Amino acid sequence: MASGSGLTAEVASALGPRARLSGGTLFLLIILLLAIVGIGIQAAADATLFAQITLNGLSLAGLYFIVASGFTLIFGLMRVVNMAHGSFYMLGGIIAYLVQERMLNPDPTSFDLPQATLTSFLIPLIVSMFSIALLGVLIQQVFLRWNQGQELRQALITIALSIIIADQAVARFGGIAKEISVPVRKSIQLPIVGMYGTTRLVLLLVAIVVGVALVLIISRTRFGMIVRAGVDDRQMVTALGVNIQKVFVGAFFLGALLAGLAGVLGGAVNSVNKSDDGKFLLISLVIVIVGGMGSLTGAAVGAVLLGLIDSYSDVYLPDAITNYGVLLTFFLLVFVLAVRPYGLFGRPG
Amino acid sequence: MSETPILSLQNVNAHYGAAHVVQDVSFDVHDQPVSVIGRNGMGKTSLCRAIMNLDPPNATGTILLDGEPIGGKPPYVIARAGIGYVPQGRKLFQSLSVDEHLRMIKTSRTGRWDTAAVYNLFPRLAERKKISATQLSGGEQQMLAIGRALLVQPRLLLMDEPSEGLAPRIVEELVDTLKGFVDEGVGVLLIEQNLGVATSVAERLVVMVAGAVFTETTATEITNSPELQQRFLGVTPTGHE
Repeated sequence: MASGSGLTAEVASALGPRARLSGGTLFLLIILLLAIVGIGIQAAADATLFAQITLNGLSLAGLYFIVASGFTLIFGLMRVVNMAHGSFYMLGGIIAYLVQERMLNPDPTSFDLPQATLTSFLIPLIVSMFSIALLGVLIQQVFLRWNQGQELRQALITIALSIIIADQAVARFGGIAKEISVPVRKSIQLPIVGMYGTTRLVLLLVAIVVGVALVLIISRTRFGMIVRAGVDDRQMVTALGVNIQKVFVGAFFLGALLAGLAGVLGGAVNSVNKSDDGKFLLISLVIVIVGGMGSLTGAAVGAVLLGLIDSYSDVYLPDAITNYGVLLTFFLLVFVLAVRPYGLFGRPG
Repeated sequence: MSETPILSLQNVNAHYGAAHVVQDVSFDVHDQPVSVIGRNGMGKTSLCRAIMNLDPPNATGTILLDGEPIGGKPPYVIARAGIGYVPQGRKLFQSLSVDEHLRMIKTSRTGRWDTAAVYNLFPRLAERKKISATQLSGGEQQMLAIGRALLVQPRLLLMDEPSEGLAPRIVEELVDTLKGFVDEGVGVLLIEQNLGVATSVAERLVVMVAGAVFTETTATEITNSPELQQRFLGVTPTGHE
């Protein structure tokens, strides 16, 4: 008898958490289903609008992916908490804008920069990307290499740095959002979608190129092998004669470079804005958590989900609650963590 | 024994926090292999980690490789100086294939060992190049752990319980492989609980008890003395630890 009731208790305790989990999951699933049905109805009503919004969402996802892939490299793979990643993004836009402003000699009475040539777009882009990459390496070398494995210290140091960068940015760049000038026609004609912004399409293309390049780097190069091995067992990597510090420097260089690239592209498609640092840090965090720490596929999927949610909620939510669209991002976060605690493509450890 | 030893440990100490796990360990390894034996928890693995300067434990003392001081240097410098480390439990990387384990280590062009030489030594690994290391059998995993350690062009192989979890026939192969290294002039420092393996690889045995070198003995002596085996390895409980 005693063993019989013990068994029952065991079965109950095994079922208990699962039953509770599926209750919560069910609730979230219903919300998800409602959202999909809602979007479906709207899409049927106006296919052109739907296509445009979807493309908007995807190009936004492209921007998110470039930032978050850099973040997943530094935070997800090298396990360094870099809360200044959003500042890298913002500074990337600012540096490119300032360089371009010098190159284009704008009319002082006009607010916008004149149309850029290919050179006067690419030079600011490259200068900015590499400045940010070097800044990343500098921060890693000066502040973070002494604090390996000390997540709290890393977080506090980089938060401090991001505050300093943010204040300096306002002081020197001003609080007004500015646009980086691009060397392409504003829009082109697409089937179904109609006229569509060229820069957004270019952004999407760049994101795909970045994604493919990163996958190749991680899966094919010696650098990538060491990064993956370091995720499994960092000490063993060093005990085999590999100087993992060099790999950290490389990861920071690449991660910051990507944030800088995204900053320039974001500044061209949207604007260079002083409040972008916090926004893009948050976005990167959400994407990496949703997608799974250190997974590039996860970062891509997370970015697409986030981009589409942003884009759909802007247009399709009823007017009264449009402003709460941001909350949907966190619904996504809760949903994913409830179903897969390590993120969509993450794994324990 | 007047020539410079391959590895020389002089008053090596190591701590895990307040626990003094390696206590004043001093011995030399010359051309002939040395086995370190002792029961569980006697500081054998800590000694390995102290030699590689892996943290923890926190190690101090003088460690010379071919007369050059390596103590206190970063682990990658120690490995490059010529210590091939084969850790307990193999510690392979689960995200890497067999081939990637070998390719991630930069090999010097002048060295005896490169990827091809490792595949030559272990043809089984060559057949499983593309497979994830986690899908290998225990023996194959051990081959890979040894193979990658060879790529640092070791003067000395530092092996921590390589026979652990292997079938007897695989252990025999392993012993033959190790003897092959000795014939090539590579030093071997073998940490073992399996007395059969320890004695068939090395004639000279260092016995560790409670973090310190308790005594030295020889394979011949201990093989013929069940009493020594009991004292050093606790084949039957002795009650004094």
